[in-house]
Amino acid sequence: MTQMTMIQALNSAMDVMLGRDPDVLVFGEDVGYFGGVFRATEGLQKKHGVTRCFDTPIGESGIVGVAIGMGAYGLRPVVEIQFADYIYPAYDQLVSEAARLRYRSAGDFTAPITVRAPYGGGIFGGQTHSQSPEALFTHVAGLATVIPSTPYDAKGLLISAIESDDPVIFLEPKRVYNGPFDGHHERPVKSWAGHPAAEVPDGHYTIPLGQAAIVRAGAAVTVLAYGAMVHVALAAAEEAGVDAEIIDLRTLVPVDIAAVEASVKKTGRCVIVHEATRTSGFGAELSALVQERCFYHLEAPIQRVAGWDTPYPHAFEWDYFPGPARIAAALTRVLEA
Amino acid sequence: MSEQPRLSLYIPQPWRRPGDPPDFSNLRPPAAGEADRPPIDVDASDIRDLAYGLIRVLDNTAAASGAWNPKLDPEQLRIGLRTMMTTRALDDRMYRAQRQGKITFYAKSAGEEAIAAGQALALRPGDMGFPTYRQQGLLIARGYPLRRMIDQVYSDRRDPMRGRQLPCLYSSRAHDFFTVSGNLGTQYSQAVGWAMASAYRGDDKIAAAWIGDGATAESDFHEALTFASVYRAPVILNIVNNQWAISSFQGFAGGERTTFAARAIGYGLPALRVDGNDLLAVYAATAWAAERARANLGATVIELFTYRAESHSTSDDPTRYRPVDEAKAWPLGDPIVRLKGHLVALGEWSEEQHKALAAELDGEVRMAQREAEAEGSFAQAEPAVKAEAMFTDVYAEIPWHLAEQAKAMEGEAS
Repeated sequence: MTQMTMIQALNSAMDVMLGRDPDVLVFGEDVGYFGGVFRATEGLQKKHGVTRCFDTPIGESGIVGVAIGMGAYGLRPVVEIQFADYIYPAYDQLVSEAARLRYRSAGDFTAPITVRAPYGGGIFGGQTHSQSPEALFTHVAGLATVIPSTPYDAKGLLISAIESDDPVIFLEPKRVYNGPFDGHHERPVKSWAGHPAAEVPDGHYTIPLGQAAIVRAGAAVTVLAYGAMVHVALAAAEEAGVDAEIIDLRTLVPVDIAAVEASVKKTGRCVIVHEATRTSGFGAELSALVQERCFYHLEAPIQRVAGWDTPYPHAFEWDYFPGPARIAAALTRVLEA
Repeated sequence: MSEQPRLSLYIPQPWRRPGDPPDFSNLRPPAAGEADRPPIDVDASDIRDLAYGLIRVLDNTAAASGAWNPKLDPEQLRIGLRTMMTTRALDDRMYRAQRQGKITFYAKSAGEEAIAAGQALALRPGDMGFPTYRQQGLLIARGYPLRRMIDQVYSDRRDPMRGRQLPCLYSSRAHDFFTVSGNLGTQYSQAVGWAMASAYRGDDKIAAAWIGDGATAESDFHEALTFASVYRAPVILNIVNNQWAISSFQGFAGGERTTFAARAIGYGLPALRVDGNDLLAVYAATAWAAERARANLGATVIELFTYRAESHSTSDDPTRYRPVDEAKAWPLGDPIVRLKGHLVALGEWSEEQHKALAAELDGEVRMAQREAEAEGSFAQAEPAVKAEAMFTDVYAEIPWHLAEQAKAMEGEAS
């Protein structure tokens, strides 16, 4: 066990997989010699060689297209899209190709690729470095979408993603790369030091895709969250004094419906939290699932807490970001109903 | 200020439209045998003229000449001819089947058969092809059964694609034929990635990709050339310039100002521009590029200059956008007629043999079609069979939500 930040845990996952499997390659913009703009691939080229971890041209569609071709050959490429906001040029390759190869070729060709991308706000990145595009991928049949919230989960989930025979969109909440940010931007920055989920095994371990985690047990209301919002929801529940059961979904597709259903049937109330814009966000899907499966157990309308339906505004970061106050208000509403 | 002309927007127009007589007088193809054949380790910057010329081996008298003459033995030429004729026989029957309402869609490769047939001869087993829907000749050349192709086109119960794909979008790993996409251009960077993987593994296999003139405008084309150049990927990047993208002439892909082969120059890649209706030239250029790739010298771009002799697909009528007889007027002729003429001139083929082969292939296609039609449509299969075919292979394992939906569909259908 070693104390790791999420960045270090992701680096360790790729290091472990490069060491175990010669078919694993890691590449992307600034990923090789420099080690990535967020340092997630630091040292990997030096340790494993330039053909295992290398830089690419600035061409996201090319990066993903090349990865698909490598996957068809039999390799397991892990590519980094520098910011999730830059993933759109690769959307055709992801949606029409990676997600469809197995189906359209009846299993003849597959794309066992992992696409890592830092996502989300809270770093004053403006609208092109802050977006949460997960719903664009959860809507696509054939893709798995995974979002960790802690160093321990990040490593175990990334190894599972690399070992998966399906294409996996692996979105990394960049605001919690270096500490469990709880939305209180006005307070001193928290680091991962001392956090129980920052104790990370050095070797190989996996966290299965499709399994949620109950990060706080409670009886009054179920909170469904993922990524940075897990930590914000935890803070909100503590500050509001609400006995919330907080579920970190970890995998969005396929979602752990059993965990969601069991919790909502127990609490009878549900608040869904994400940073992405509200309309047609993944929260809409979650809300529909809960309504379809738990309607007769619900004591109150489901509440959604989300980013506003605007581009991510640079100067108004904290007016946009769904912080603890917005979540606490939703908890209060759902309990008073 | 007053003397400055006002700006005007230019919209390209083809030189002829329906009602006009066909006119290819602006095309002045160089004589066969003229082009130089450089060594494979040539610097791309030293052969820029080949991107603007036209490599031709067969002349109008069916004689072969020049440094690019591959001097194939007659048996190989007959194999190439057979592949082209099988492609055409299959295309003709399937086009008719669509007109009879038996299938939903079809795309022929009439006039372009020498490309897949000639290139297949120059590639080795194990070299992966990333084709478009007009390289069905690759499958035929590699021995994929006609019956399986027709099963796919009919979406019948033996369809290897299990009823999931539009007709003509074949796939067969066993025949080194990558699953064809309906989205244009995506296969180009995938082929580069496949080639990079082969190089990474120290393998001896190369990749070949095909794209149409129209789709060279897609960003994937340019990203693929960038990656191929940067990583010196062992890949052959073919541009099939058949001059028409559905109803849009090649001017809308930038073909008025330069050649498609010349796109390679900006990426530092060698480019060959080839008479695509000349199987010998197609073979020779591909063999050169393949040898170069296998020698670790990187990618080559080949423009195969041809003419789409018929419609884009069963869904359009070319007499609505180009002169009716334009295909007949195409100066570089028909690839089957040209190779046949060459073989006859060599004394290795005859009119009688040609007629007999055409009849034999037509019979083979009809037989395979009859068998496929007897198989029955997948769409009429039992609900459980359909549900299994529809819901598997979306993911490696069926997740809970798809299992629920499969059950729901099965319930609806029974």
